[in-house]
Amino acid sequence: MSTPIGQPTVPPDRDRGGPAQPLLSIDGLVKHFPVKKGLGGRPAVVRAVDGVDFTILKGETLGIVGESGCGKSTTARLIMGLMPHDSGELLFDGELIGGRALPWRDFRAQTQMVFQDSYASLNPRMTVEGSIAFGPRVHGVPKRQAIERARSLLARVGLEPSRFAARYPHELSGGQRQRVNIARALALQPRLVVLDEAVSALDKSVEAQVLNLLMDLKQEFALTYLFISHDLNVVRFLCDRVAVMYLGQVVEIGPADTVLASPAHPYTAALLSSMPSMDPDARTQVAPLAGDPPNPIDPPPGCRFHPRCTLAEEVCKGRVPPLAPVDPVHRVACLARQPGSGHSAAPTLSVAA
Amino acid sequence: MSRGIAKEPAVAIRGLKVVFGGVVEAVDGVDLTLERGQAVALIGESGSGKSVTLRAIMRLNPERRTRIEGEIRVAGREVMTLSSRALRALRGREVAMIFQEPLLALDPVYTVGRQITEAIRQHEKIGSEAARRRALQLFERVRIPSPERRLDSYPHEMSGGMRQRAMIALALACRPQVLLADEPTTALDATVQIQILLLLRELQAELGLSTIFVTHDLGAAVEVADRIAVMYAGRIVEEGSARDVVLAPHHPYTIGLLRSRADGALAKGSRLETIPGSPPDLAARPPGCPFAPRCFLAEDRCRVDAPPDVVVATGHRAACWHTEAAHAAFQGDRARLLEAAV
Amino acid sequence: MATLAPHATAPLLDVAGGAAPLPDAPDAFMPSRGFWGQVGHKLLRDPVAMTAACVILAIVAVALLAPWITPMDPYRGSMIRRLKPVGDATYLLGSDELGRDMLSRLMLGGRLSLFIGVTPVILAFVIGSGIGILAGYVGGWLNTVLMRTIDVFFAFPSVLLAIALSGALGAGVFNSIVSLTCVFVPQIARVAESVTTQIRSRDYVDAARLSGASTFTILRVQVLGNVLGPIFVYATSLISVSMILASGLSFLGLGVKPPEPEWGLMLNTLRTAIYVNPLVAALPGLAIFIVSISFNLFSDGLRSAMEVKA
Repeated sequence: MSTPIGQPTVPPDRDRGGPAQPLLSIDGLVKHFPVKKGLGGRPAVVRAVDGVDFTILKGETLGIVGESGCGKSTTARLIMGLMPHDSGELLFDGELIGGRALPWRDFRAQTQMVFQDSYASLNPRMTVEGSIAFGPRVHGVPKRQAIERARSLLARVGLEPSRFAARYPHELSGGQRQRVNIARALALQPRLVVLDEAVSALDKSVEAQVLNLLMDLKQEFALTYLFISHDLNVVRFLCDRVAVMYLGQVVEIGPADTVLASPAHPYTAALLSSMPSMDPDARTQVAPLAGDPPNPIDPPPGCRFHPRCTLAEEVCKGRVPPLAPVDPVHRVACLARQPGSGHSAAPTLSVAA
Repeated sequence: MSRGIAKEPAVAIRGLKVVFGGVVEAVDGVDLTLERGQAVALIGESGSGKSVTLRAIMRLNPERRTRIEGEIRVAGREVMTLSSRALRALRGREVAMIFQEPLLALDPVYTVGRQITEAIRQHEKIGSEAARRRALQLFERVRIPSPERRLDSYPHEMSGGMRQRAMIALALACRPQVLLADEPTTALDATVQIQILLLLRELQAELGLSTIFVTHDLGAAVEVADRIAVMYAGRIVEEGSARDVVLAPHHPYTIGLLRSRADGALAKGSRLETIPGSPPDLAARPPGCPFAPRCFLAEDRCRVDAPPDVVVATGHRAACWHTEAAHAAFQGDRARLLEAAV
Repeated sequence: MATLAPHATAPLLDVAGGAAPLPDAPDAFMPSRGFWGQVGHKLLRDPVAMTAACVILAIVAVALLAPWITPMDPYRGSMIRRLKPVGDATYLLGSDELGRDMLSRLMLGGRLSLFIGVTPVILAFVIGSGIGILAGYVGGWLNTVLMRTIDVFFAFPSVLLAIALSGALGAGVFNSIVSLTCVFVPQIARVAESVTTQIRSRDYVDAARLSGASTFTILRVQVLGNVLGPIFVYATSLISVSMILASGLSFLGLGVKPPEPEWGLMLNTLRTAIYVNPLVAALPGLAIFIVSISFNLFSDGLRSAMEVKA
C-alpha cells in the first residue's frame, strides 16, 4: 500500500466506490477547435476529439495509441481540465469532476500529469526541489515538510537529494528531468497519473530505466496509469488495456495482449505492421498504409478510416460504425466485424459470440 | 554515374577526431568505410557523435569552434583540404543530405518546385523548362501524389510525410553519388516512417546510391541498411552486417541496447534490462574504454586500456576486450527466452 | 517469468549518474549558483558589458557626489571668460556662454539628466509590467481591451507624444517625468504581454495549474520570475532613449528651467556658440551619447548573459 510521505493533505480514505467502480469514466467527450478561414471563407472546425468513451479501472494501466491528429493528447488535456470540453461527461470514482462533490481543486490533488517535453515542464528559474514542493505547498503543507517530501521523492525516483535537490533544470539530462517530473507528479499523492508521451523523447536506454521506475512506483503507491504513446512495443509491455484512436475517435479498445497480437480493426493492424522489422532476413516489403494521417478538419463521412482501408465497401461510407463488442472485454468500431452491419465480411448473427 | 577509380569506396573515414571549443571531444577516432552502392546505418544515442560524424563529411560543423583531425575521402577526394569553391561543388552534386526536420531544411518562402529547379540549375547548365521536367520526374520517383500540382506548393502546405519526400527529391536533384541522412524518419508517425524507409531502400537500390543513415532506432536501421555501425561516446564500438550486429552482437553496449528494447518477446510484468548509469562527460573522458563504467563485463584492464578493434568474423568487428564473453551472454539471453516461451 | 543474462544485477534504484559525472553538469560538490548568480558570473566575463557598467557607475558616482566635488561653482558666471576653449588653464573643459565652468556644469547636470532619464523608465517598468503581465496571462477580452488601448498610445511617435504631454502639463522636472512615463508604459506593456503570453503556454505553467494553484499564486511563483527578466532587459535599453528624450524636452524648454544645469538644456543654450566654439557646444551631447551607449551595451550584455542554454 502507499507509504505516506510527510503529512497527507487529502484524507487517506479516498476510495469512494470500491474496486468495481472505474476510477475514471469518459462518456461522449467532444472538443472542436474553430479555425479562422479569413473573410469570405466558411468557418471550419478541427474535430480534435469527436465522441470518445472509455473507462479506466482502479489499479490498471490503460494505453492510448494513435498517430498525429488522432486526438490522444487533446483527450489527456481535456481529462486534466487544462481546457474546457464542448460536451461529454467525466466521472472520477463515480463523481462528476468539477461538480459539488468533487470540485476541481480536489480532483487536481488526485490526478496528475507528466508531459512529453521534460525541459518545458520545469520552471527554469526554480530549483528541482522547489518545483516538486510547489504542489504540496499550494495545498497547505508547511514549507519544511514540503521540502522533506520533495527530497524523499527525489530519492525514490533515483536522484540523490544531496546532489540534485538544489539543481536547476538545465543542469540535468533529459532522463533526469523526466524523473523530476515524475517526482513532481507524485508529490500530491495522486491516484491517477496521466503520462502523455512521457518517455517518447528519451534515448532508448534511458527510456528503459524510466519504464522500470514507473512500474515500481505503480506498485508501491497503488497508482492507476493512463499511458499515451505512439510506441506499440512499450504499450504492449506496460499496459493492461489499450485504446486505439484515429481522427478523434476510439476505433478499438481491449486487453493489450489481444489487441496488439490479433487486432480486430484494420487500422490497428496497419499500425502493427508499420513497426520496422528487427529481422534483417525478413524486412518489410510493402507499407501497410499509403499517405499521411489525415487532418481532423474535414473528416470523411461514415467510417473515418474508409478512404485508406483495405476492407472498405460502400456501406462504410454511409454509416459511422459504433464501438461494438467483439467479446465482453474487446470492442471495435468496424462494420466488417459487426454481425448484421451490411458488410460482406461481417460475421453472421448466429455465429456472433 | 560513377566516376573515378571503380573500386574506390564512396566514403572513407580514417581516424576522425572532432573537438568542439577545444574541450568537448565529440568524435574520438572513427574509422568507417562506405563501399559504393552500400547503405550503412550509424546507430547511437544522444552524445554518441553520430550526427557530428555525418556533418563532418560535408564539413557542416561551425568552422571556428571545431577542430577536426583525420582523413575523410569522398569519391577519392580528401574533403578536409578542399577549397570552399570545390566544397560547394561537392555539396549537392556528389554528396547530398537529408535532415530530421524538413521544415528547417526547406525554405518557407519558395515553392518546393522552385527550390528543386534552382538546385539543379546551380550545378548544371539546363533551361528552366528542362529543370522543371526533371523536378516532376523526381516527384514521381519519390511517390508524391499529384506531383504536377505539388511542384507549386509551399513547404508549410504539405503534410509531414510529403515534406520529407520533397526533401529527398531535392537531395536527389543533382544525381549525387552519396546520400547522407540524419534521422530522417525520427519525427514521423509510424505509418509514414515505414513508407519513407521503404522509399529510401528502393531509391538506394535503383540509383545505386551509397548511403549513410544516422538513427537511434535499431528497427529503422535494419529496414534500410545492409551494414550497421554502433557508436558510443564518439567511437564505433561495433560494426558489421545487419545480421551480424542484430543476431550475433559481440559488444556489451550493443547487447545492452538490444536487451533494453521492450520487444514482443518480453513477458509483461518483468523488468526491462537496462544499461545502468549514463553517458560519459565528453569534456572529461576517463581513460580506457568509454563504456567501462556501465559495462557488465568490465574489469580493471578496461578502465586503463582502450580496447582495439577485434575482428570477430569477416566484415564484423567489435572494440572490446571481452567479445566472446559478451556474445556468450547474448546467446544465454536467447536461450532463456526460448525456454520461457515453450 | 524469464530472467535474463547472469550479469551483475542492476541496482534497485537505477540511479542516473553512477560514478561518472553528469554530462554538462558542474561538479557535484560545487553548490549550484542559482539563476541570477549564473547571470552575474557570465556578465563578469563579458568585457564590453563590464566596461559599460564601469562607465555608468563612474558617471553615477560623479553625479551623486557632484555638489561636493565640482572644481568650481557651476552657477557662477563671468562675462569676460565666456566660451573659453577646452583645455584652458582654469576651465578644464572650457566655459559656457555665460562664463560658467563646463566641467562643473556637466558633473552637476548629470544628476538631473540621469534622474529624468532613469525615473520614467523605472515607473514605466512597474506600471507597464503590471498591465502587460495581466493582459498576457488572463488573455481573452481583457487582453484585447488593454492591449488595443495601449496600441492607441503606441501609435504616436514617442517624441511627439512626449512633447504634447509636456506641453499640456507644463514645464518642470516633475511634469517631464510624468510625460516620459506615459510614453514608455505602452512599450513596456507590449513587451510584457508578449513575453507573458509565451511563458503562459509553457508546460510548466500548465503543470502548476494542474496542482490546483490559484491564478495569483501561479503568477507570483511561476510566471513572474521568468517574465521580469526579459522585461527588465528591454527596460534598460530604454534608458538611453529616455535620457535623449528628456534632454530633448529640456532643449525645447519643456523640461528643466535655467539656471539649473542639465545636459539637454545646456545643448540648447550653447546652440548659438556652435560657430564660436563648437567643441564646447558639443560637450553635453557627448555626455548624453556616452551614457546612452553605455546603458545600451550593458543591456545587450545582460540579455546575452540571461540566455539559458538547455
